[in-house]
Amino acid sequence: MNQLSAKQLRDKIATRQTSSVEATKAVFARIAKIEPTIGAFISTFEEQAIARAAEIDKRIAAGEKVGQLAGVPVAVKDVMCTTFGTTTCASKILANFHAPYNATVVEKLLAADAIIIGKTNCDEFAMGSSTENSGLKQTVNPWDTKRVPGGSSGGSTAAVAAGLCYAALGSDTGGSIRQPASLCGVVGLKPTYGRVSRYGLVAYGSSLDQIGPITQTVEDCALMLNVIAGHDPADSTSVDEKTSPVTDYLAKLNESVKGLKIGIASSFNAGADEQVRKAIDEAIQTYKKLGGTIVEIDMPHLDYAIAAYYMVATAEASSNLARYDGVHYGHRTKNPNDYIEVYTKSRAEGFGKEVKRRIMLGTYALSSGYYDAYYLKALKVRNLIRGDFVRAFEKCDCIMMPVAPTTAFKIGEKVDDPLKMYLSDIYTIAANLAGIPGISIPCGFDDKQLPIGLQILSPAFSEEKLLRIAQMYEKQTDWHKKRPLI
Amino acid sequence: MSNVDYKVLVGLEIHVQLYTRTKMFCGCELAFGAEPNSRVCPVCLGMPGSLPVMNKQAVEFSILAGLALNCQIPSFTKWDRKGYYYPDLPKNYQISQYDLPLALNGYIEIPAKDGSFKKIRIKRAHLEEDAGKNLHTAGNFSQVDLNRAGTPLLEIVTEPDMNTAAEVRTLAEELQRIVRYLGVSEADMQKGHMRFEPNVNLIINRAGQEFKTPIVEVKNLNSFKALENSINYEIGRQLDRFLETGETMEMGNKSTRGWDDAKEVTVLQREKEEAHDYRYFPDPDLVPVRVNEQWLNEIKSRLCELPFSRRMRYTKEYSLNDYDAGVLTNDRQVADFFEATVQAGGEPKRVCNLLTQVGLKLANARGCAITELGPKPADIAQLAKMAQTGEISATAANTILEEMVKTGKAPRELAEQLNLIQKSDAGELEGIVDEVLKSNPQAAADFKEGGKKSGKAKGFLLGQVMQKTKGRANPKVASEILDKKLA
Repeated sequence: MNQLSAKQLRDKIATRQTSSVEATKAVFARIAKIEPTIGAFISTFEEQAIARAAEIDKRIAAGEKVGQLAGVPVAVKDVMCTTFGTTTCASKILANFHAPYNATVVEKLLAADAIIIGKTNCDEFAMGSSTENSGLKQTVNPWDTKRVPGGSSGGSTAAVAAGLCYAALGSDTGGSIRQPASLCGVVGLKPTYGRVSRYGLVAYGSSLDQIGPITQTVEDCALMLNVIAGHDPADSTSVDEKTSPVTDYLAKLNESVKGLKIGIASSFNAGADEQVRKAIDEAIQTYKKLGGTIVEIDMPHLDYAIAAYYMVATAEASSNLARYDGVHYGHRTKNPNDYIEVYTKSRAEGFGKEVKRRIMLGTYALSSGYYDAYYLKALKVRNLIRGDFVRAFEKCDCIMMPVAPTTAFKIGEKVDDPLKMYLSDIYTIAANLAGIPGISIPCGFDDKQLPIGLQILSPAFSEEKLLRIAQMYEKQTDWHKKRPLI
Repeated sequence: MSNVDYKVLVGLEIHVQLYTRTKMFCGCELAFGAEPNSRVCPVCLGMPGSLPVMNKQAVEFSILAGLALNCQIPSFTKWDRKGYYYPDLPKNYQISQYDLPLALNGYIEIPAKDGSFKKIRIKRAHLEEDAGKNLHTAGNFSQVDLNRAGTPLLEIVTEPDMNTAAEVRTLAEELQRIVRYLGVSEADMQKGHMRFEPNVNLIINRAGQEFKTPIVEVKNLNSFKALENSINYEIGRQLDRFLETGETMEMGNKSTRGWDDAKEVTVLQREKEEAHDYRYFPDPDLVPVRVNEQWLNEIKSRLCELPFSRRMRYTKEYSLNDYDAGVLTNDRQVADFFEATVQAGGEPKRVCNLLTQVGLKLANARGCAITELGPKPADIAQLAKMAQTGEISATAANTILEEMVKTGKAPRELAEQLNLIQKSDAGELEGIVDEVLKSNPQAAADFKEGGKKSGKAKGFLLGQVMQKTKGRANPKVASEILDKKLA
């Protein structure tokens, strides 16, 4: 089991106290042992990874300059395009899709000399909160293998929690990094919309999707963000660094935020389990001891976040997923009677239930005659929620609340009740609608020894401060050091 | 039935392929005739995960065209997705502009029958990406060539302000000239750079009652001839159908027809305007476009004099007739070349004749631009001056221009070399005139007598002088000598 953080491993490799080959082989040995139980990966690249690790070791031995993640085994959610292996989006429809190009984040990981060891499972096209919607396999929670890892980046969070890699990338459209990070007891950051390039991320809800790191520590999170953040000319929605510069997120990480004002809305916690509420309250007490003060904030439109989200995200998804039709991309049905059947049957056979549900929902929301009542109204709500955050951040540095209303639930528990499943994202969705960054950090366990996450939200492009706030807590606590006994 | 009076209404949608270096949302070069699927990348193939990046040149070209069409250019426009499933459309949605186009509410002026001008209103012009092409040449399968996918298209929509097929053609041709003048499109019909979709219907007046026939949209016409003929066909067809069935326009009975070039008929494609729902919504992958004053002014500064006003100016400033002015201004390079030659001292009508009778013909035959023929405006101006002063005849000038193109030599050198300098020396010509008079006494007498026969006789005698000098006698001088001799 890994004891080292990604940064610690990197430093040890750099100083040749260990080698990348050794670390990579150890990771694959562990994968061989427990991956059959966890099911975190859709594909792994053992041979390629070890060869690359050997190359990096050689370069280090030769005294060459290497990247920020030199030799560190990392994993990538299988919704990001790679020229190696497949990019399946955990969907049967893309089970054999080989991308001819690398996502920008993948290029950046490679440029930082990271070792990409595999691509992780997730809910199909990142739609879900438990990874049960994967069309390809089941991932379980390393803390309790009868339970879900959360979702949609459940493969990435389970892999980091179970020590199958040192860090991973996830994507977050409505909580898909933060919620599984919380359920698996790891750190997960959704950066500001536009901070990290989406080029090569297979789109679900384009105006909400954002790639972010999933790590063991806040420090690793800052390190990963250093590698992946920045403007990309290939992504028009990635933000110009002249107006919002990318800083070195590690540089001042250990400087605590003086006079920290924490925004709390008492109504937030209402829907959460008692044990979750208690852990959050205790975390806030810790911040108070560190000099933080509590500011009561008002978020009048937050109640409409889920409804607005399911209009915006599904509308965009219905359009984004149109290309998987058996003609251009994806599984093609056998023996269609005519060309319309190529479309209808291929899609019927290739997509899972939840994806179909969301495509239908989104198609309906965009249909003429309904557009104003659904999509347009959702956009208006989205603007109101944005405004709520802007006003709140005039009074505080950050907002704290639970990540998820519960700890990890049992596999199968919510699959037949989509509305109940959608409520798993009740605390995370607003950040996506507002485009602001949010982090999930471990803040305790319930009586079943299942991890609980604290969510911290901060203004757009304030990741540096957000990470410092998270680091203040992590330094005071040991939750992040606890690992599942698997 | 005989008392049927009708009026034709035609509105036109025109797709103009922009002459940008690269495609609308990716870095692929525009290509015509390249090997299928060789000019493609993840973006124009709609690969999962790929994202579009707006081509600024295409936006500027569109704004320039919008300005030339007298449109308003809103300060804010955006991109929308138009969703429909079709094999030539890689993403199954097209990036287009729905409710906030780049240009609005303009007009084009075209000449009307009575010598005045008619304004055809432009409703809007918006930018979008083209689809690929379906090929049906592989037996049981159709194949898709996506080289064209992502090519920038400017869609211009007029109001139904045209009343004859000829008017529509005139407008289309004028538009072709405009976009070529601006350099925003090659507008090569053969390469499908301009495609037309007219909406046609009739307002019929029968026994004092007015009826409107259902609107027909004729799809995808790619020649002026097809445009004109299809509209004329539709006029007849719609009239016949109305007289037969009395069917009039209602909600939802707009139909779509194609044009069969061989049979010269329109063919029904879609009976009723199906409740087509494109589910437009703003493309979240692209940011809205803000056109500020500075940018707009910068684009405005690239506007040039447009063919229409240039044509008008040529008739006024150079006293050219409509036809000549039209020929010269048809192509901006030709017009520029013409003006440079005039600027260099060439008399406009003479320069016009040299260019239209020789220059354009040669350029056409060689498939090159007039500027690529060799002779510079200054050379042609010199040639025109030589003709003007009588040093050479007009016919000789044409011959010399041809030789200039062939040899690259200067006009005077060629005139001498080819012995085309006119004999203007009165002494030399007098001798020849005397000879002619001696051998044609009857004609000389007729001329001297005056009256009816005189003019004819003089023409004959002059012709004889020309023949003797092999056409090199300056007719003006020769005529003066004749007059003197027989006075």
